Amino acid sequence: MTRHELAARIEDDLSPIMSIEVKLPTSSDDVIHLETAKENLSATAGYLYKEQGCQLVQMLGNDEREICGSFRVYLVFVHVQAGLTLILRAAIAPEDPVYASITPVLPAAHWYEREIRDLYGLEPKGHPQLRRLAVHKDWPKQHYPLRRDFPLTKKVPRSVGEFKFIPVEGEGVMQIPVGPIHAGIIEPGHFRFSVVGENVLHLEARFFYTHRGMEKLAEGKTPQEGLLIAERICGACSFSHSLAYCLALEKLTGTTVSVRADAIRTLGMELERLYNHIGDVGNICAGIGFAFGTMQGARLKENMQQLNETLFGSRFLRGINTPGGVRRDLNSDQSSLILQTLSRVEGEFRELTEIILASESYLNRVQGTGLLRHDIASELHAVGPAARASGVDRDLRRDHPYAAYAKLTFRVPVLQEGDVLARVKLRIEETFESMSIIRQVLASMPEGELKITLKPLPAYAYAVGMTESARGENVHFVMAGQDGRIFRHMVRSASYCNWPVVPSTVPGNIVPDFPLINKSFELCYSCLDR
Amino acid sequence: MLSLFRKSLNTGIVTTTYPDEPDIPREGYRGLPEREADKCTLCGRCSDVCQTDAITITINVETGTAWSLDPKRCLFCGYCVEACPEGALKMSLTYELAERATATQTAESSVEAASAVKRLLGRSINIRHLDSGSCNACEWEMTTLTGPVYDIQRLGFDFVASPRHADLLMVTGPVTRNLEIAVKKTYSATPAPKIIVAVGTCACSGGICGQSYASAGGVNQILPVDIYIPGCPPRPQALIHGLLQAMEKDR
Repeated sequence: MTRHELAARIEDDLSPIMSIEVKLPTSSDDVIHLETAKENLSATAGYLYKEQGCQLVQMLGNDEREICGSFRVYLVFVHVQAGLTLILRAAIAPEDPVYASITPVLPAAHWYEREIRDLYGLEPKGHPQLRRLAVHKDWPKQHYPLRRDFPLTKKVPRSVGEFKFIPVEGEGVMQIPVGPIHAGIIEPGHFRFSVVGENVLHLEARFFYTHRGMEKLAEGKTPQEGLLIAERICGACSFSHSLAYCLALEKLTGTTVSVRADAIRTLGMELERLYNHIGDVGNICAGIGFAFGTMQGARLKENMQQLNETLFGSRFLRGINTPGGVRRDLNSDQSSLILQTLSRVEGEFRELTEIILASESYLNRVQGTGLLRHDIASELHAVGPAARASGVDRDLRRDHPYAAYAKLTFRVPVLQEGDVLARVKLRIEETFESMSIIRQVLASMPEGELKITLKPLPAYAYAVGMTESARGENVHFVMAGQDGRIFRHMVRSASYCNWPVVPSTVPGNIVPDFPLINKSFELCYSCLDR
Repeated sequence: MLSLFRKSLNTGIVTTTYPDEPDIPREGYRGLPEREADKCTLCGRCSDVCQTDAITITINVETGTAWSLDPKRCLFCGYCVEACPEGALKMSLTYELAERATATQTAESSVEAASAVKRLLGRSINIRHLDSGSCNACEWEMTTLTGPVYDIQRLGFDFVASPRHADLLMVTGPVTRNLEIAVKKTYSATPAPKIIVAVGTCACSGGICGQSYASAGGVNQILPVDIYIPGCPPRPQALIHGLLQAMEKDR
């Protein structure tokens, strides 16, 4: 099905029953814009998800009272077969900030709706679990930090409030609270285990401890200024976030970057995946106290991060992406350094993973542990290696190619088991694919300008940029203001999608397996909390 | 099992010689911006593009105009270097930027705390990490310190699981509203004498997060900081340098 056929079908199906405005994609654009009344929002979303097989990849609120007198919610869908993005929006009047919740028909909307309620005060009526998500219990009512009239630097007093965890009762049921400050060198979050003995009956997680107001900070920034914010959403996903942000701006302005910039961006994406995947495969060993694997993995990860620094001056690949291209070039010496490092690391990584996967005590702990069911992964739109290890065949690099991916040959490994072992094996396979991608890019580095000037931002236009990070899709929504500055920047990281599925994988396991399961997802907190 | 031993033995020693020998990054590293005073016309474009107000140009009739850069605010983004029309700025290879808090910033003298810790514990220092809203980059570099390459145990440092076992807190992040209470509790759970190290530009000054409804704008807004280790994030070697500074250890 082509994108025009899909657009025509949506228009045919929906226009007789509801008022919906469909804007067809232009030749340079792969986006269909849909607008409907809020009364039709849930039905339209349900139709796109259930009838047309579209995936909800992002949902956000926006305060457009100064533009059109009302708030708006945006839902971003992708249609994989048609290679199409669909952005559906509906206005919500400030006098009646209520809309029918989409979650009952589209479960993947569950967190977005809670977040929009916390940050904008828009009430999703009929949401099955309407509790706070993005603001904590001591945040006073009627304060909505992402509304435009809420000043960035406002000092908000703490109020008395309570957050109710879902009660788990019965003889011998105990609760174990863990966090927000953890015992290792890791990020903060709160986990509430309900257990009988060592067996976990239920797990709830509380996040947004590292909420730094990054989206609010981005308002009013120039594209170049906003980049520094996008790059600092998360350390280990710096490159994929900054690239998704650049892609959104380039789409917004109709700027096409050079093929050379595309090639360097592809290298950056894969170098980021490599240091993450190699480090993760090692670090998962720390979950069972298998020091050999942890230390060997740490050593190879360090090799990759040192390579990043030698090539681009930053161990986290910061300072490369910029709206309109890249800021750093690559010479032939650097190319051969990459190839040398890869061939050594590849051999060592193969050797390491063979040893790990031949260890009976390792396999005993990881096999069948932390099962992510395919239906949960699919319905809640889990992403990245975690989803692919549970049979969800989705990878933006293949399905919605960006940078140079359309020109490259690579395999997207998919496994069915959904346990810790599958997530490890998937990362191992992806590591080798990644190395092959880098070799393909280096084999034919095209010439071209590193950076071209970004065209002016059209007022109140919006676009979505998507990248496949080491953890899965990152989706950045950017809307321009009237002054060539950013009006709204919403970041939906891979961790945003995967954190809600983690608690589903823990019941039935024992408490000491939680660190192992958690490490096998290796999610970021700051990516989610922003 | 045998293949595991063989691999370990074949790997050999991979630990860095830093800090016994300097570790200078390759050309192209994004270190502290450096100014050539002769070329600089004090036009102010560098401070205009700086997102975190790291660069200050003060105009003083008596002493003349002065240019200064506060590493604690610097994101090492290089925008100032690109904005300079005279080519007077470049990204240097300087990364060992740890600095001690000035007396006005801390109630207790950090030198006293450091020497007390040193007197009591000799060369062995227990560190507790405290995330006050970081982006995870500083955490990754701190984790690396415990790995085979940097191995800070050889220098007498170790990370512990509880603040009650710690002599030193390494705090990352600008202190978010949602962590402020946890930060204060962790601080009070740490027995005195204790040393507070702000790690990374967010912890040193608020960095890109600044002061907002969600962010306090730096650890020193909440806790008495003894040592600042700027960087976005600091290199592992910069962290080692800062820790040695905190303990007044010589190279």
